[in-house]
Amino acid sequence: MNKFYLGIDLGSTTSKAIIVNQNDEIIGRGITNTRANYEVAAEIARLEAIYDARFALMKRSMHAEIEASPELARYISDLEEVFRYLEFRTRAYRLNRQMADTTATYFAPERQPSILAALGTVFAQVIADVKTQYLQSALGAKSQFFRDIFFEQYNARVAELGSGYYDPMMTLFDKSITPVENEIIPFDFVALVHEAMEVLREKYAELADRPPSRASSFDPELDLLMGNVARAGDPIRRYIDRIAEQEIPIANMVGTGYGRALLPFPKECIRSEILCHAYGAHACFPETRTVLDIGGQDTKAIQVDAQGLVTSFQMNDRCAAGCGRYLGYIADELGITLNELGTTALASQQDATICSTCTVFAGAELRELQNLGVPRADILGGLHKAIVTRAMSLLARSGGVRNEFTFTGGVARNPAVLKYLDAAEETP
Amino acid sequence: MSIAQPKAAPPVRPVVKERSMVLQKEMLADQFRALTAAKETGRKVVYTFVPGNLSELIQAFDMLPVYPEINALQWGMRKGSAGLIRDAENYGFSEDVCTYVKCDIGMFLNGNEGPTGERLPPPDLLLLSYTGCFTFMKWFESLQKLYPGVPTAMLHTPYVADGVVTDDMVEYMVRQLRDEVIPKMEAVSGRRYDESKLAVHLGLAAEAEDLIVKIFESTRAVPSPIDAYFAGVYYIGPVNAGFRGTPAAVEYYRQLHEEVSERARAGRTPITPEGELDEERFRLVVEGPPNWTHFREFWKLFYDMGAVVVASSYTKVGGVFDDGFRHDPDRPLESLARYCLTCYTNLSLPTRIEMLERAIVDYRADGFLINSIKSCNSFSAGQLLIMRELEGRLSIPVSFIESDLVDPRYFSYANIKNRLDSFFQVMEQRKALARTVEVS
Repeated sequence: MNKFYLGIDLGSTTSKAIIVNQNDEIIGRGITNTRANYEVAAEIARLEAIYDARFALMKRSMHAEIEASPELARYISDLEEVFRYLEFRTRAYRLNRQMADTTATYFAPERQPSILAALGTVFAQVIADVKTQYLQSALGAKSQFFRDIFFEQYNARVAELGSGYYDPMMTLFDKSITPVENEIIPFDFVALVHEAMEVLREKYAELADRPPSRASSFDPELDLLMGNVARAGDPIRRYIDRIAEQEIPIANMVGTGYGRALLPFPKECIRSEILCHAYGAHACFPETRTVLDIGGQDTKAIQVDAQGLVTSFQMNDRCAAGCGRYLGYIADELGITLNELGTTALASQQDATICSTCTVFAGAELRELQNLGVPRADILGGLHKAIVTRAMSLLARSGGVRNEFTFTGGVARNPAVLKYLDAAEETP
Repeated sequence: MSIAQPKAAPPVRPVVKERSMVLQKEMLADQFRALTAAKETGRKVVYTFVPGNLSELIQAFDMLPVYPEINALQWGMRKGSAGLIRDAENYGFSEDVCTYVKCDIGMFLNGNEGPTGERLPPPDLLLLSYTGCFTFMKWFESLQKLYPGVPTAMLHTPYVADGVVTDDMVEYMVRQLRDEVIPKMEAVSGRRYDESKLAVHLGLAAEAEDLIVKIFESTRAVPSPIDAYFAGVYYIGPVNAGFRGTPAAVEYYRQLHEEVSERARAGRTPITPEGELDEERFRLVVEGPPNWTHFREFWKLFYDMGAVVVASSYTKVGGVFDDGFRHDPDRPLESLARYCLTCYTNLSLPTRIEMLERAIVDYRADGFLINSIKSCNSFSAGQLLIMRELEGRLSIPVSFIESDLVDPRYFSYANIKNRLDSFFQVMEQRKALARTVEVS
């Protein structure tokens, strides 16, 4: 029987889970935002990873069919997207119920009808908007977390209602999201997949009905799927039931991250994230001797030996300056998404000088520079540079870069940080 | 598998008290009583410091010592330092000033009530033995202002920058003792300097020092019978609090040595606040003072993981005796000078590194840890250099944590635990790898 391994990283900002097979391949990934209830965050990430693994296993077992009809791979990807939408919808319904309850307990009886009516309108719009985004795979680089996806549309739709609704509707969301986020919402995997297939059938049928001129671009896989709507699901249905029922037996597990002690894992399966980052970097790049990890709330410089074992580490855990949370705050201040931050900074012509990487003071300095007319890209360029300078000083404290250097953590996905880190590495 | 699971409460074990512990408690209580009664008994009071303390000389003049650092750390352990520090900050001391100083100033501002609740007498003499910590000078400048008219005797110890104590240095110090310190002590105490009396105390000091070295060397055993840091700070208590050179100290250390030897013979592990350690899993050398405000919690982070400190630099803060130095009745003032010169805070970084390196090798440590104290310049300066140097020379796991002496605001349990967890896991990995290599 196949063996699987579970890894959970209960971080300060996000909770991640992966499923690894016995060939050391990652076959399932799950991620969610960490919330007050760590156990719920870990469980959601774990379930996401298991669902993801089931789809991956399905693709593997359909290897021959996919080879014969490559559009099936596209079908499965689309199916996953719709499946995620249905998960979103289940949570959204739960949130809607919570919001109705909040209305009943929080607002005066005479205000309740109008708020409930507004909620009804907005909620239907949000569901429709989000469905479109999922079906068109349009979420792209945006946050994939329930709270963020819901709120983005909700915020936009509430704005359309007129200013009188803004405060009560925001209060409604704020008071309702936390209990919903801290609750495990059960899903019936098989039922959701079947429903997803139904939604997909409708999607392809609808696309096929449109005149060809309206298709946005030439997409042979989609064309094939549209032509084979009725048949596309058939070979899959056989696998779905098998895979959905398939247990993913976990032979061993490892838990890490700030919340690791809260995971119900045996003590020997709990590892500090410092060791995990070092070992992970070593596994990917065996010549790595220095690892820089910039996560949501701390920065670590780790020295590692030829076996991937940590020799020493330095941490900046007293201050979130320059960490993911800082970037998130800056993005909020500028009204852009976290993922747009780095790309905007890449356009910097002349990096502004940023003195404070302190999250608390960041807003003030940002606005002062804006008042002076400094272009946004230049401000962001300077800001990313400042983050890197700060990280470099931590690296220096830990003994500098020895041999190959690996950069990990959420901030490693930011292209501007990579740019300035490259530049700093080249300057002796 | 579901994620939620109830957690069982850990069992609480009774506190074990050995005879030496009782003895020490009595000694310190007697000292506080003597201080409180100083006005009635007419004994003169000297305020002075632990590093470079001239205990035997103070005893030769039949004076009583007050150690502000010890009062501060005891206030810290009794959870009373926060308010005193706040008062000193309101009085004008900066947030960055040594928290021992602020605790002491706060104590003054609150009627000089000592940590045991007894009112401490004001000083008749401020004896500033300066051994590498610049803050000591500024501290006594503050005390001079708070106690106007009280004479100050300063003994300046030259920094042993090249790692070698020269005859010139010794002579310079002996001259200060003879021309500055002793005359002031004579004037304040109203007694003549009696070198034969000093020699008797120095002889007793050397006896205690022999025993101290043996006690701290017991950690060569595997498992170690003692923790040389968390218990070590108690063991050095009497010798650092003015008892060096007394028969009481010799008796205490003889008793302690017997207990420790017995534990070593029986292959027993150290005593912790929750009883004897189950198993020694990691042997550490630690640099830097401990945190006092959360001392028990801090210690627990180690003994819960089976970590035992086999040597520490902090327990040498009142004198380095393991390289052969002893107070010498035949050369009284010269040996006091040599004692001050070789105090840990007066040693250069290369010398400190060598000392720590020897300790790591001799006591077979698995790792080296630094507890960096936010407000202690004399210990903190150069610690990263020490760490990197030892990491490079010995290829052992090293780690760096941060806290403070007696300011509870700077003790972050979660941060420290997170770093220590990683450190212990690093050592565990190393040990596992070493075992694999051995087997294959």
